[in-house]
This record gives sequence, C-alpha cells and structure tokens, in this order.
Amino acid sequence: MSSVRDHVLDQYSSRVYKNRKEHVITVGDNETDVIAANTRTIPGIMTQRGCCYAGCKGVVLGPIKDALIIVHGPIGCSYYAWGTRRHKAFADERDGENADCYLEYCFSTDMQEADIVFGGEKKLRKSITEAMGIFHPTAIFICSTCPVGLIGDDIHAVAKWATEEYNIKCIGFSCEGYKGVSQSAGHHIANNQLIRYVIGTGDRAPKQKYSVNILGEYNIGGDGWEVEKLLKRCGIEVVSVFTGGSSYRDIKNSHLATLNLVQCHRSINYVAEMMYEKYGIDWIKVNFIGIQSSKESLRSIGEYFGDEALKARIDEVIADEISNVFDEMQYFKSKLKGKTAALYVGGSRSHHYQLLLKDFGISTVLAGFEFAHRDDYEGREVIPTIKVDADSKNIESLTVEPDPKFYRVNLSDEQKKDLEEKGIKLNYYEGMMKGMDAGSIITDDLNHFETEEFLKILKPDVFLSGIKDKFVVQKSGIMARQLHSYDYSGPYAGFHGAVLFGRDLFMGLSTPAWGLVKAPWKKVPSLEGTLGGEE
Amino acid sequence: MLDYTPKEITERTALRINPCKTCQPVGAMYAALGVHKCLPHSHGSQGCCAFHRMFLTRHFKEPVVATSSSFTEGSSVFGGGSNLKTAVKNIFDLYNPDMIAVHTTCLSETIGDDLNALIQDNPVAEGKYVVHCNTPSYKGSHILGFTNMVSGFINYLSVKTDTPNGKICLMPGFVNPGDMREYKRLMKAMKVEFTMLPDTSGVLDTPMTGKYNMFPDGGTKIDDIKGLGDCIKTVALGIQTSEASAETLKKKCGVDYKELPLPMGVEATDEFIMTLGDISKEEVPFEIEEQRGQLVDIMLDIHPYTYGKKVAIYGDPDTVLGIAAFALELGMIPKYMLTGTPGAQFERSAAELLAKYAVEDCTYKADADLFLLHQWIKNEGVDLLIGGTYGKHIARAEGIPLVRMGFPIIDRYIHSYMPLVGYKGGIRMAELIVNALMDYQDSHCEEKDVEVVM
Repeated sequence: MSSVRDHVLDQYSSRVYKNRKEHVITVGDNETDVIAANTRTIPGIMTQRGCCYAGCKGVVLGPIKDALIIVHGPIGCSYYAWGTRRHKAFADERDGENADCYLEYCFSTDMQEADIVFGGEKKLRKSITEAMGIFHPTAIFICSTCPVGLIGDDIHAVAKWATEEYNIKCIGFSCEGYKGVSQSAGHHIANNQLIRYVIGTGDRAPKQKYSVNILGEYNIGGDGWEVEKLLKRCGIEVVSVFTGGSSYRDIKNSHLATLNLVQCHRSINYVAEMMYEKYGIDWIKVNFIGIQSSKESLRSIGEYFGDEALKARIDEVIADEISNVFDEMQYFKSKLKGKTAALYVGGSRSHHYQLLLKDFGISTVLAGFEFAHRDDYEGREVIPTIKVDADSKNIESLTVEPDPKFYRVNLSDEQKKDLEEKGIKLNYYEGMMKGMDAGSIITDDLNHFETEEFLKILKPDVFLSGIKDKFVVQKSGIMARQLHSYDYSGPYAGFHGAVLFGRDLFMGLSTPAWGLVKAPWKKVPSLEGTLGGEE
Repeated sequence: MLDYTPKEITERTALRINPCKTCQPVGAMYAALGVHKCLPHSHGSQGCCAFHRMFLTRHFKEPVVATSSSFTEGSSVFGGGSNLKTAVKNIFDLYNPDMIAVHTTCLSETIGDDLNALIQDNPVAEGKYVVHCNTPSYKGSHILGFTNMVSGFINYLSVKTDTPNGKICLMPGFVNPGDMREYKRLMKAMKVEFTMLPDTSGVLDTPMTGKYNMFPDGGTKIDDIKGLGDCIKTVALGIQTSEASAETLKKKCGVDYKELPLPMGVEATDEFIMTLGDISKEEVPFEIEEQRGQLVDIMLDIHPYTYGKKVAIYGDPDTVLGIAAFALELGMIPKYMLTGTPGAQFERSAAELLAKYAVEDCTYKADADLFLLHQWIKNEGVDLLIGGTYGKHIARAEGIPLVRMGFPIIDRYIHSYMPLVGYKGGIRMAELIVNALMDYQDSHCEEKDVEVVM
C-alpha cells in the first residue's frame, strides 16, 4: 500500500513533496507512525481549510443561542457564517431563566473604508448600543476579523465598556482569520475566553445525582438532542452542552457538573483540560456516533459514577435502544457490508464515523483531518513531544489555577486505577490512528490534488467530506456525502441516528441516477455495419 | 421565527442585521470562474477562499475550485509577496491552468500589498498569465467584486489592433449560467458575433459524465478577452454591474458601449433584442418573435392572479430592478425594492420604473438590509416575496409565499440552470410567480372556496 502513497506524492515538486510527505502516512508502514499536523498549508495547494475566525465564531461560539454575536469587520465574514452550519437550537425557558435564540440573525459592523482608515471602535460601540436597544441580550460576543487586528481596534476595551455600560456580559474574541494555520487556532481562542469569562460564573446547581457537560457536541442536524435524550433516559442530567443548542445561561453553570464528556476532542479539549485543572472535573472521551461506540460511551459513564443501579439502568436503555433499531441495522448492514470508505472531515468526525461505518461492515481505506493536531491522530501521549512552532506560539496558552471555592476531586487514585483496568482512561484521547487497519492511508490537510489522485487509485465506494470537495468527487462517479452538514439530513448520533446514516448511505449508493450516467449510444459499439471503402 | 424583530423602525447607522449583500471577493471569484482554464486565487488568509468556495458551491451545487495565498500572522506583518510567489509556482505545477486570476481581500488590502508590483516581479511561462483586481471587502459588495474582476481581465489582456473583429462584447451582469446560455441563444438567433465576459455556462452547470474535469469546456477564452479591444461595441447588461467594466474597455481600447438594464420581462428584453438588431442589421427572427408573443399571451392569461398584488423584491441591484420591471408589467405593485449593495443608481432607477407606471407608495432603498425589509413588511404587508434564500425566515414569520430568484439560493436546486432573462426567462418568472400565488390561494382559502379550475 505504501506504493499508493508514493505514487501520489511523487507527482509533487521537490519542495512540496518535502512538506507533504510528513502529512501522509500509511498505517503500519512506519515504525513510529508519526504524522505532521497543525502546520502551515503551502500557498496555492488548494486546501479545504478555513481560518481562525471560522473556528472561533463558526464552530465554537456560533451555536450559543442566547449570545448576540457581533462580527466586527467587513460584511462577508458574518454573512458566510449565517445559518450555514446546521447547529440547531431554539429559545427555551429553564428554571425561570430564558435563553433567547439569535441564530436566525446575522450581526456585523459592516466596516467601510473610513472605518479601516480611522479605526472601527466607534462603529463597534455604536453597534452594541443599537443591538442593546433592539434585542436586550444578556450576552454580547464580539468576534474580530482580519483587518481589525491590523488596524489595532481594541475590542476588549469595547467589551469592558459594554459590560459596565449595559450591565451585560460582553466578551471580545480576537480571532482574526490570519492567526494560526487553520480553524484550530480559533477553537483555542474561544475556549480560553469561555474559561476566563463564562464558565464558573453561574450558581445553578444540578438537580440530579449524576450530572455531566457534553463538550464538543455542536448539535449538527440535532445530534446533541439525540445524545441528551439518551443520557436523560439513563437518569443523567446534562448541565450544559459546548455548544450545540446550548446557551450562555447553561454554560456559566457548567463547573457544577460532575463529569465532562468530550465528543469532538480537537475543538474543545482546552476547556476540558482547563476545567480539570481549575475545578477538578474529570473528562472522558466519548463517541456517540455508531452503535458500538454509543454503547461503550454510555457504559463508561456508568463506570465512572460506579453506581450499580445507574449501570443497570444504562444497560436497560442500551438493550432497549438496540432492540428498537436491530432489524433496520441488520438490513442496512446486509446492503453495505464489504464496501469501502474514505473520510476527510474536521478534527474528530473522520475518527468517529469510521466506527459507525464499521457497524455496517464498511472498512476505511483513507482518512484525514482538516485541522487536527498530532494528538488527534496519535493520542494525547504525544503532546509533550509536539514541537511548538511560531504559529502556535502566537495563540495564547492559558494557565489556570485550582478554584478555591469549586475545586474538588471526584475519584480517588485507586478508583481511577480501577477504571483504567476496565479500559476507561480519564482525561485521555487515544487518537484516530490506533484503530485503523494496517495499510490504510492517513492524510493531514488533504488537498484537492491528493483527493483526486487518491480516489483514482483507492476507488472507495463512499467519500465522506465537506461541501467543497463533494461535487468534485460526485462528478468523478463516487458517491459523496457531507459529514459537516450531513447533506441536510441527520441526526446521525446515537442508536436511531446510526440507522439514519445507514439509510442515507444506502440511498446514496442505490439511487437510480447512477445507472443513467452513460448514455445508451455510448454503450453501443461504435463500429457497426459499415466497412472501409464503402463510401 | 425572527421574534425579536420589532415593528417599530429605529435608526441604525452602525449595526448591520441580516445583510442583503456579501463581500467583493466572492463576486470576483465567480467572474474568474467564467474564464476558460482560469483558476481564481484569493490573496488573503485561507478562510476567505474556503468561505467563497463553500458559498458558490452551495448556490450552484457544482465544484468550485480556487486557491489561496494562505496568509499567516507573519505574512500579515511582512506582506504576502512570498506567499503569492509560492502559490503561483505551485498552482502552475500542480493544476496547470492557463491563467491565475488573483483578487485581494480586506487583509491584503489593509496591509497594502501592491499586486501590480508583485505580479510584475514574478514572470510566468510563455502562454501563461497572472492577472489581478483589487477587491477590498470593506467597499461595495460582491457585485463590485464581480465588476472589478471583469475590469481586471480587460486591463491586463484586452488590446486594440487595427482590425475590428466584427464582434460585440457582451457583459452579462451577475447572473446564472442558465441566463448566460439564454443570452448566447438570443445573440445567435440575432446573428450577432460576440464575446461574452465572463461566461460561466459550461463551467458551473457541467453534465455528469463520471469524469471530473477541473477546467471544463466552458468559459471565455483568453484570446477572446484579448480581442475585446477590437469589438465594434460593448453591450453592458445590468447597469450597476456592467457599466464600469464597459467604461474600462472604452478607456483602454476605445470600444463604445451601450448600457442596458438586465433583459428581464418584456420591455427590457425588447430593448436588448433591438440593440442586437441595430448591430447586426438583421430582422428579428420568428423564433424570437414567437417566444415574445407566448410570454405576452401568458401575461394576459394570468393577470387575474397577479394584477394589483403587492410584492417585496430584494437582492442584487440589477436583478431586483429587472424583477421589479417585470412585476410592473404583470400589473403587480413592487411595494418594496431593497438591495444591500450601495450605489445611488439603484434608487434612481427604481424611482424611474415606478414613475413610468405611475405607481405610488412604494419604498426602495440601496445599502439596506433584510432586517429593515422585515420591519417594512410588519408595518405594511405584501402578497409575495421575491429574492434569495435569506428571505425565507421573513416569509415564514409573516406567512408570505416566497419565490426564489437571484443570488444566493442555497436551499433549492436547479435554479442556476434556468434563465430569468429573455422572453424565455420571462415565461419562467411568470410561472414561478403565478404558481406561488395560486398555491397560496389553494392552501389558505376556506375549504368551500377550493377551486378545481383556475
């Protein structure tokens, strides 16, 4: 299989080759399986990556429904993030406290040339005043775009002013697009400010004995609601979700939960780690994508709390959920078994969905992350060995101290050891690579050229990625579905979601149009009837 | 749905809410895709390029390729010259287009990268081109970006020789591939030789063959862009979008131009056809006359359902004006006309249209947003909304049927294949409008009033 990798990489010029060879590996081929990640994309290479702003506003903050997010910059940045990510939410009331939902709205300072030349702070302040007058939000977030950092607008000073002037929570996020090397920098910036200004500021204690936060669940297509439903059935209270369908109202109380569940490791691991340091809250890596994964995730939660009644309840829920979907899963498995897939998604889904594909007997021949770090591939144990480069250094790494009031230790070292023996490692993510078959290919920051070339050779039945490569792949005759937006379907999480995913894959593979691609006259032998010299 | 939008309109001078425009670079990217074997290149941080590709892909449901200079914090301080140099080399190595069309972003504009100098300092192989245009996102809208890219191609490539080529230069305006195909059909029928710049047909509406082709057959040929200097005339469709580019060609090569509104509805299409006829000195063929007659016939047939109906139209300036002109021909009242794109011409043209039909009490505004449109509607309702996807929340909140026309339409399919221009486009607009109104009647009238024959 390494010849596949070489065949693709050998087509590069020497300088590009030198860079890309570090980002593409064949599983099991190297002794160490080290992959380069979270480094600069080479200009002109046609990456699918986005920017820091996309990671901060688009990914982490955007779903927080009751925060009125003003994007400070020219109009485009806010416009492109307007309702385009399918993080569902609605306004609701809980314990007498309302959480508004501003997701149908798009706010921007729409900077003009004069604002660039003379500074945009005045317009930003005025925008906040106008937003207060119309919407009366409890929280306003300000997100910076490229020119803001360059001209030196101090959004944090404006945020401070607004907080005092209007007695609201106003937070600045300096997530200019040029920072870092991908969306990843933006995740980190958003995580830092949430820890600094939001988490720990509420006092609504959980009502149930067992309570969790779900971290890195963005409720795409309603995934988060599916997970919440499952946890509720088991008797586990969800204090907050970071950040799908969630609210400032809930997130500020998240420090009062007992356990953090981490779904998307990349985008939220900083919050998980900092909550561990500051509040002593352990986190476990979960994955609610796939039957087997959902089952294991629920059981890990039961083991963490160690309550036999809870564990029994969880087993009951699992058995019931599985019995509900068993026939359909078997049916789709019979249709999909033996197929192959390639995945290229953000920072976790390429891993999570391999496990769901496995539920259907589909094997993965290629997988890559768009903005992951080495730990997402190789496991958190490699973090101490990751070289911090100039781009990462520019992103603030926040240090937190144990909180004098709220820090507590939930499990003794002995209990933790017990858990580890059961295969549940706290505050740890094993990464994608360990679960992949030898010979399969991993590509970090898979670009347009590599997508085309790898697919030509590997010919997977299914390609799962984003909107920018979907139609490239579909045009070349391979079924392609978006795993960022689920092609407007979903939820895919949990037991019921797995069935929907199987249904969608089967639909994609068997839609009759595939059989009509070739016109009948193209199938008929072209040399028919006439012989040479008859003219 | 949009529950926080109050009826009472307060003055806003800073906060933009629910915009009806986006930024220049996406328009430039769209224009550059309409040149054969041309790869659009975004000189800025990666996010811009990713967003624009995403957005265009969602509108066309087609592959949209473009590259980025992938600025880092360092390039933002020291300039993006070396990023562009690396990008150009890699693009020709890997993707081998004939031309790279660079557009700037608010990032590279704010730091003041001099693209003229950067491109001049980086010679490329014989027969290959790197061109650019400036598209600062903090000025104008995606419409200006489109205009600037078209002008950029002319500035770099078009030359005047001593031999006129007998062709016209057609500037299509910011329209879909389906519209561009219709222009070409009409020009062919009118026996007018032409170069259309840009031409996204055959690029963003390619057939399924089982083989992906990064540079499909469509798009204006580079040689034809060079030859624009020898055209006998420019016909610039969509005044706000196309006039500036026509002016650029006039200044550079002395090609005279005629600017026309987008040929939407009967009279605007008549004007386009007459202009073509003036140039070719050909009679209007039966096939066109027949289609015109069909459209007018349809308009007479459906007038009981359209006459006097109030409609709110929003979107890009030339498109809104084109739809409004047709709405007026149908006897409808364009109660609100709104664009997010700034520019005085929109309001001037809107006023002229209304005056022509002596229709009063209508409101129109450029440089406005959909939040304001919704507030207008809350104060005085309409029977129909016409515009892009982002009006769907208003439509639902107020229970008004929505007809999707223009840009962007990211929640429906096929629209980009179907023209809105020409008489054929008029027939389609008529069908969409009357069906929306009649479907609404069918689903909202009392049961006893449901009609079988309408």
